[in-house]
Amino acid sequence: MAENEERLRRTMMFVPGNNPAMVKDAGIYGADSIMFDLEDSVSLPEKDAARVLVYEALQTQDYGNAEMVVRVNGQDTPFYDNDVKAMVKAGIDVIRLPKAESPEMVEKLDQDIAAAEKQFGREAGSTHLMAAIESAKGVLRAADIAAASDRMIGIALSAEDYTTDMKTHRYPDGKELEFARNMVLHAARAAGVAAFDTVFTNMDDTEGFYRETEYIHQLGFDGKSLVNPRQIPMVNKVYEPKAAEIKNAKNVINAIQEAKLKGSGVISMNGQMVDRPVVLRAQRVMSLAKASNLVDEEGNYLEK
Amino acid sequence: MKSKVNRELPDDLMKQLNYQPFETTEIGNPEIQRVAPKVHVSTGDDKIVDSIKKVVDETLEDGMTISFHHHFRNGDYVFNKVMRVIIDAGIKNLTLAPSSLTGVMNDMVIEAIKAGTITNITSSGMRGSLGDFVSHGGLKNPVIFRSHGNRARSIEHGDIKIDVAFLGVPSADRLGNANGMKGDAVFGSLGYALMDAQYADKVVLLTDNIVDYPNTPASIKQTQVDYVIKVDKVGDPDKIGSGATRFTKDPKELKIASMVNDVITHSPYFKDGFSFQTGSGGAALAVTRYLRQAMIDNQIKASFALGGITKPTTDLLNEGLVKKVMDVQDFDKGAADSMHTNGDQQEIDASWYADPDNKGAMVDQLDVVILSALEIDTKFNVNVMTGSDGVIRGAIGGHQDAATGKLTIISAPLVRGRIATVVPDVTTVVTPGDSVDVLVTEYGIAINPKRTDLLAVLSNIPGLPVYKIEDLQKMAEKRVGTPKPLEYTDRTVALIEYRDGTVIDSIKQVKD
Amino acid sequence: MEIKKTAIAGTLESSDIQLTISKADNGISIDLQSDVKKVFGDQIESVIKDTLAKLDVKDAKVKAVDKGALDCVIKARTIAAIQRAAETTDTPEWEVL
Repeated sequence: MAENEERLRRTMMFVPGNNPAMVKDAGIYGADSIMFDLEDSVSLPEKDAARVLVYEALQTQDYGNAEMVVRVNGQDTPFYDNDVKAMVKAGIDVIRLPKAESPEMVEKLDQDIAAAEKQFGREAGSTHLMAAIESAKGVLRAADIAAASDRMIGIALSAEDYTTDMKTHRYPDGKELEFARNMVLHAARAAGVAAFDTVFTNMDDTEGFYRETEYIHQLGFDGKSLVNPRQIPMVNKVYEPKAAEIKNAKNVINAIQEAKLKGSGVISMNGQMVDRPVVLRAQRVMSLAKASNLVDEEGNYLEK
Repeated sequence: MKSKVNRELPDDLMKQLNYQPFETTEIGNPEIQRVAPKVHVSTGDDKIVDSIKKVVDETLEDGMTISFHHHFRNGDYVFNKVMRVIIDAGIKNLTLAPSSLTGVMNDMVIEAIKAGTITNITSSGMRGSLGDFVSHGGLKNPVIFRSHGNRARSIEHGDIKIDVAFLGVPSADRLGNANGMKGDAVFGSLGYALMDAQYADKVVLLTDNIVDYPNTPASIKQTQVDYVIKVDKVGDPDKIGSGATRFTKDPKELKIASMVNDVITHSPYFKDGFSFQTGSGGAALAVTRYLRQAMIDNQIKASFALGGITKPTTDLLNEGLVKKVMDVQDFDKGAADSMHTNGDQQEIDASWYADPDNKGAMVDQLDVVILSALEIDTKFNVNVMTGSDGVIRGAIGGHQDAATGKLTIISAPLVRGRIATVVPDVTTVVTPGDSVDVLVTEYGIAINPKRTDLLAVLSNIPGLPVYKIEDLQKMAEKRVGTPKPLEYTDRTVALIEYRDGTVIDSIKQVKD
Repeated sequence: MEIKKTAIAGTLESSDIQLTISKADNGISIDLQSDVKKVFGDQIESVIKDTLAKLDVKDAKVKAVDKGALDCVIKARTIAAIQRAAETTDTPEWEVL
């Protein structure tokens, strides 16, 4: 498991890697993670061009604080090796492995990254990775995949390939994904990494998008993969903590500080001891609240 | 000689044309004298004519000023029909003074210039081949660019003295009562043409739809009209408007629109009874949609929407979110059609809309206005006239006029392709920075430092970063690089008037 | 690096640039079409030339149709076109990226 596990990853925006207009503007929408795609959105004859384009963009463009992710081509393709090398050299934050079906695949990526870090003089361990679960095999081995590398930051469910593999397709109610979602989520939580839900492609169905996002938020996913920047504010809205949650979290944070000042190891609030899960949840609520612009720097709730 | 926005103006032309340089956006309270047209007295029974040639022969002489309106936009058939006859009649040295020039007129204007038929032009703008032609020195005398409000002012002052106005209408009766609402080629408001009808010495209507006398509502009245010419078609309905207005799906435009909406709703002007002008274009239409939701959420209704009108605005009228639409032109068929079905959509002429030398114009009552920009500089001066290559490709429209609104927002992407929108100095100053309050880009907003009141209320909006405009300019330059300065010849091809009739900037011939 | 065949990279979409690189025997020639040629023509040509030099291409004919590409895009498309023209796509010159 990679460090900085508390990073917010509500939104991972897909950007086709061979589209200069989209690549250059990817930073303006406030996505928590930007995922340049070298795989499915790039046609076979353009794989080389997309790789170089993403490389040069990463060298020169300002993407702010977003976590930069690249989806490389699969290990069974001739593009995988050069994709990994180029992206490690570019100093990408995270390499996303498509169609992960076994921990061995993740281990291979881990080793390839390590070799590339050495080759290009990058700090060992500075390149993280994540895996996309896109098949029945992948779902059944999700727990092993999620725990297969120290570089792992998260696993993502990719429902288009998965539903095809399951001999079904996507339905509005998402029942066909119930098992996979829970498997991926549990695997991620057990390994201490992030869990990303799949994309929702029908841009005209705003209601359906909110329904699905609220559902995966309730399950406990960190966030969602997105195909269109217009979905970013919608996801953020769903992940916005409520005023009462923020006030409660602020109280917990205050209690922690008080305990620190007193030099006490026991955190108490209203005379009751505060458990570690409560502390963790409070910290998460505060960081969501800050990202949602609902609190000021000191954590005070801003009335709308 | 320099205008107050630090632009060098051509001394010889300024003197020759008796111009003063732009000083201030303040109009003050001068006393002015308006002019009146000549009237050829008649009972009106003999106005119907079936030949443009006959009217041209009876009315036109070398050196006169002729006018047209641009309400048919790119569906206009009238301009080319009339100009063909005028060129063929061998008439020379005309001043062309239309409300604006659209792309469909370009070839004919160029032909008329080459033939010596047209030797002077005043217009709101020009684009395409004509802009290119003029920018390369194709017309000897400088084009005078005037805003819609300024054109009305100039006509009322007599600075533009129209000898013959050729006005296409979708319906007229035999005496010339006419409107833009009935017929095949409807465009709604006749706002700009109403000036010509009122002030031209000779008013010639062209229509493909002569209706029973008397035609009502009569936007143009029989008391103003000399001739009614029946033609086969005045315009192409499919090219007049943008058809069914579609909201943009472009995520960058939507992002800018939602930020514009944030600026408006956090400003002190967003309260019950406020007024606004949004204009056309993808981002402007999206702003209207966001604003609609904000008005519903906050239970706020607007007293009026102003200017060029689109269907999203007339939808607000029908929903009761806007009480009146004050309509000088319609950008799509939906807005045009709604004009005669909704009594609260008031047709207004260009003077009522925006003329500064007035007993009060609508723009003076305007709270919030959203305008576009080809370029905006670190002094908040805006260019809507020349491209990054120095070539004329725009129109002032109502930009200078509406910018007098209490909260003037320029909505523009930081860069377009490789061209920065936020620049150290705009290529051509059209609207002075003094009348611009907030710039909204996809990266953040900049507030005119003169508006300390706005700085205070807009500085802490969640998710709306506030930059100094100099910083936005640097961000733009960092992305696209530093352009090589444009090269011009010494020859002036156009003068930009401010809305008060002073000159704010000039355009030089480009060097290729 | 030696140009072995004519190769194209990039598209005619907005913000992109399409480069066609072909064999030549007497140095570098660039034929640039761009709406922003007046203000950025020199800069575009210099990015192409620098990239050719870094990849040690001494003789090449370049046709560039620019649609408002940023420097990083111009560089990326030039590299892709050269690698295709020199048939080295699968063995990139890592130090030049």
